[in-house]
Amino acid sequence: MIDTRARTDARAARHAGGGPWQARLTLSLLLAPALLWLGALIVLPHIELAILSLRKMVGPHRYEFTLGQYATFFKEPLYWHVFVRTAFMSVTATLLTLVLAFPIAWVIAKIARGRASSGLFMLCLIPFWVSETVRTLGWMILLRQSGVLPALLVKLGITAVPVELLYHDATILVGLIYGSLLFMLIPLISSLESLDNALIEAAYDLGAGGFAILRTIVIPHAAPGITAGCIVVFMLTLGNYLTPTLLGGKDSQWFTEQIYTQFITRFNWEQGAAFGFLLLGLSTLMVIAGLRLTGQRFGDVMRRT
Amino acid sequence: MSTADLALDAVSKHFAEHKAVDALSFAVERGSFFSILGPSGCGKTTLLRMIAGFIAPDSGTIFIGGRNMQGVAPNRRPVNMVFQQLALFPMMSVGENVAFGLARRGVARAERRRRSHAMLERVGLCAAADKRVDELSGGQRQRVAIARSLVLEPTLLLLDEPLGALDLKLREHMKIELKQLQAAFGTTFVYITHDQSEALVLSDHVGVMNQGRFEQLGTPQDLYYRPQTAFVAGFVGANNHIIGKITGRNGRVFEITTDDGWVIHAGGHGSLEKGSAVEGFVRPEAATLARQPNDLPDAHPHHAGTVQSLLFDGANSAVLIKERATGRDFRIALPQTGRFADLKPHETVLFSFDPERAVCFPARAGL
Repeated sequence: MIDTRARTDARAARHAGGGPWQARLTLSLLLAPALLWLGALIVLPHIELAILSLRKMVGPHRYEFTLGQYATFFKEPLYWHVFVRTAFMSVTATLLTLVLAFPIAWVIAKIARGRASSGLFMLCLIPFWVSETVRTLGWMILLRQSGVLPALLVKLGITAVPVELLYHDATILVGLIYGSLLFMLIPLISSLESLDNALIEAAYDLGAGGFAILRTIVIPHAAPGITAGCIVVFMLTLGNYLTPTLLGGKDSQWFTEQIYTQFITRFNWEQGAAFGFLLLGLSTLMVIAGLRLTGQRFGDVMRRT
Repeated sequence: MSTADLALDAVSKHFAEHKAVDALSFAVERGSFFSILGPSGCGKTTLLRMIAGFIAPDSGTIFIGGRNMQGVAPNRRPVNMVFQQLALFPMMSVGENVAFGLARRGVARAERRRRSHAMLERVGLCAAADKRVDELSGGQRQRVAIARSLVLEPTLLLLDEPLGALDLKLREHMKIELKQLQAAFGTTFVYITHDQSEALVLSDHVGVMNQGRFEQLGTPQDLYYRPQTAFVAGFVGANNHIIGKITGRNGRVFEITTDDGWVIHAGGHGSLEKGSAVEGFVRPEAATLARQPNDLPDAHPHHAGTVQSLLFDGANSAVLIKERATGRDFRIALPQTGRFADLKPHETVLFSFDPERAVCFPARAGL
């Protein structure tokens, strides 16, 4: 019995036009572009950066192993102050994005029908046809002291003189939320769309009010989508350079600026590389903490994105 | 009115030009099993959703347990619903599903647990309390959905075609189980279905619904043996459907002649003039089959035909006959005695039926 089956399997394999090594070759050829991309653009530079961050120059073309770059980070209060501030602001921006995106996603996924739903989603997408730089400059035109909004406030008699609305933490948050809203919306919409309306009706029928339905049915169902959106938005925010620099000015104190300064202004690649790794570590830790806190698994969450 | 758990007074609902529910009034007695039977699109789902409170009627009043339900939200009505796809909460265990409604009422955790376990025990699922919903079989889910509603001791339990998603064998089984559950709990059940067998087997009373109105409201026996409209005769049970014109009358029995000249006799309803178009209905089990003319009752007109095919289905076996002159199909139930077990296709047979057991109605528009 077993013999027959084994022979049949072997015959089937021959019929399929190849042995196991041919199948493996096909698979590796298919994966090659992705592996090349990962290897050349992510893994190789990071190995190089890791080596950079752990050495110092002691003479022309002579290097020594050191943890000095990392020690500098902890010894210099400015660096870790900026680091903590960046993390805190990113978490705030992520949570505010979630709070703002949730009702929008709800309307698109559950309330609007057919064309209205896709139309609303298009409206969220349209700003992304314009480059991030131009969009951020748009905020500057609106918010700077001689800009549209301060002039309007004077005209309405709310302020006596035009106020400077740029270069505040709130301004940075506005820009960050604006830039990452879409990345929160997409996983939220897809997870809310998959929620069966009958579940909401059943909960309602069994005596639940709006808040109880949100807490017991909607959020548990959308949890993987919420987590996926939060991870994406958090990573984008943490690694954002342009928005904090343009809207927050010199004093924005964003950690990516510190990295930029080390690499470009100071030409201290070793220090910049160490900062880069610290930022990578921070985002990894925050994502793990977020998953732990909400009891999600990374695989489940990524399937939602 | 005092013993009615559900009473509707001229309830209407329109969607644009379409009358989904048209000035419907009826009452459902306390503790009874009431079915609303109708084809898809007849407005039965709209009616059920109005009773549950998900949509508001355009006009008319709904009373539940004697209370006017105008403006009462679904979560405040003494009504619970078993949904078509059951809508069990996949994010909760079976026990949590059953305790959900109690939790919303602010019942303490320990009491919630006790009552949901007691309810699961009554439906024979006490071992499944900690299982996930997707670990249950179709029939078990059904029972969880019913337990989840009944634990709240509603005045009225609404069931929206809950057996539709099950396979045939399980459906037959669940029919019996539903009837037993209803008898055990004594809760008033309002059940909607398009399956006439479910409605006949389960119900104390059935309302046959068509185009937003009840064609007939009565016991299953009434609907089957004494249909009041052509729609009910055609929808409830199997029937031979014969369209023709009135060509004569003898007391309560009318002579009907089809376009191609077949003459049959049937009892009539309403005012039927000579020459008016009618639809006649003859139940397959009302007709008698014979090989010899003297095996048929002399009092009834005899017809002849050839056997076209045998439809063996155990106790529901029938034979499809082609009437000799017109070639029309006529279905006759085979007797349980096995007397015609040797019937062969193309064999010539005779048949007759008691005109009193056949019925005719004025032809509906569009026929």
